[in-house]
Amino acid sequence: MLWAIFRANSRVLKAIFEFYKQGFANLTLGKILWKIIFVKLFVIFFVFEMFVFDDNFKALYKSDEEKTHFVLKNLLQEE
Amino acid sequence: MAELSSVDWSRAQFALTALYHFIFVPLTLGLSFILAIMETIYVKTSDEKWKKITQFWMALFAINFAIGVATGIIMEFEFGTNWANYSWFVGDIFGAPLAVEGIMAFFLEATFFAVMFFGWNKVSKGFHLLSTWCVAIGSNLSAFWILVANGWMQYPVGMAFNPDTARNEMQNFFEVALSPVAIAKFLHTIGSGFVIAALFVMGVSAWFLLKKRFISEAKKSLVVGASFGFVCSIFLFFSGDESAYRVTQTQPMKLAAMEGIYKGEHRAGLVPFGILNPNKTLGDNENVFLFGLEIPYALSILGNRDPNSFVPGIEDLVYGNSEKGVVPMQERIDNGKLALNALKNYQLAKENNDTKAMSEHRSILEKNFKDFGYGYFDDAKELVPPVALTFYSFHLMVALGSLFFLLFIVVLYLSMANNIEKFRKILWVCVFFVPLGFVAAEAGWIVAEVGRQPWAIQDLMPVGVAATNLGAVNVQISFWLFAVLFTALLVAELKIMLTYIKKGF
Repeated sequence: MLWAIFRANSRVLKAIFEFYKQGFANLTLGKILWKIIFVKLFVIFFVFEMFVFDDNFKALYKSDEEKTHFVLKNLLQEE
Repeated sequence: MAELSSVDWSRAQFALTALYHFIFVPLTLGLSFILAIMETIYVKTSDEKWKKITQFWMALFAINFAIGVATGIIMEFEFGTNWANYSWFVGDIFGAPLAVEGIMAFFLEATFFAVMFFGWNKVSKGFHLLSTWCVAIGSNLSAFWILVANGWMQYPVGMAFNPDTARNEMQNFFEVALSPVAIAKFLHTIGSGFVIAALFVMGVSAWFLLKKRFISEAKKSLVVGASFGFVCSIFLFFSGDESAYRVTQTQPMKLAAMEGIYKGEHRAGLVPFGILNPNKTLGDNENVFLFGLEIPYALSILGNRDPNSFVPGIEDLVYGNSEKGVVPMQERIDNGKLALNALKNYQLAKENNDTKAMSEHRSILEKNFKDFGYGYFDDAKELVPPVALTFYSFHLMVALGSLFFLLFIVVLYLSMANNIEKFRKILWVCVFFVPLGFVAAEAGWIVAEVGRQPWAIQDLMPVGVAATNLGAVNVQISFWLFAVLFTALLVAELKIMLTYIKKGF
């Protein structure tokens, strides 16, 4: 099914691929901007991971039941 | 509640990331429409100069967009790490609009952005123009979903609290998405973005005219910027008026802080310029203002659309005013405590499988849930936001907005007369007003967020309960990491932008 759709539209898909390929190949200012984007994403998702995203709510409490229990304890201010 | 220093650091961290994020956002919102207008002129006239102008501003748009992209995601992470109780409590109500925004932004950026930047001379003029308009409309629609989420925090509607899961569950998506507070907030926020972008275009164009470079392109850009700014300033005025009206109806304490009203009045006047008395405290007879100019009736009109109406002050809201039907905060605190106890007893009954007691306590909880958050307070005075910060931020925003409107009129008039380059002082004003646009927008966000303290969710959840009980040191470390990252991004943006601007059209 997917293959049939791909075959039927292969020219269109190829044109789209070429469009993006040429676009990226001809980048000037965009090259610097993409570098900044990648560095930024690396910092956010990998560097900060070590300092910021450890021991958070999602990591500590796996099931919805555990999360509910934790939040209820805080809502009701129980030690 | 979490230890105070940890909460304050989490607050500071969120404020830092939100304020930095909103340096990048408004320029994207407004500049996208300015690009669409410029390209429309190019397509209509087939004048190659307009193409060159559009491409120049498009490059600046790209710089701002690239530096700003994903800065908002940090705030979403913060919800999970620093505000876990809040994140769980709001359930899918907050998550749904953010998810829609994420999906929308991805598809928009993957398709129309590519055509806009890569498509010159590769696709038809019409299709390229359509893509530019789609980017403008899509970027602003993207902002809509974020502001729906924020609007819900200011005015929670369309949900019911489930005591079994400790979550608010969405009952009516359209009530959340089309909440009048959210709509007013969205219109006012995008309006501010439009004005900021207009000031940016005017400021950069004025700089070219001062340097006597690219005069023709700069003059054309200046006219577009001033016209767009003029129209959007009028739009901003009306959307601001609507926002103030909604605040009066849904967050009267915020309005009282914005306007520095301690004692409510009929036919209340508005103080457009005033200096607050720093010694003024709740319940004393000191004057609120050391100095103040008042426009009679204006606040009653602004807040209630009725010049003779009563506008409650901070003291009415705290101590109540039975004549005017204003319920004292203590009553709401008592209701909140009933709701909290009912939730506690519901859980105990559930543990004991006592369905009858569960039903009774659930009914008490539902009856008092609208005041749930008040149960965490003992003193009604704790429910007063920082008045001075809210008041001055609001007045700074309004004063700057008024100045921008005047500047747009002057620049538009001189541009039409075709002799703006002779008025160098006005051109310098245009240059120096670029950062002031951002100052006004940030002041607006301070009003919106500081003015509703101590609430994370209006009336339902105070900030202290919303916060995760993290160690203050953990939050401090991440605060400084974010501060360094955002400062680096801002420096990069300024450096790349200035370099590109110097090159010219």
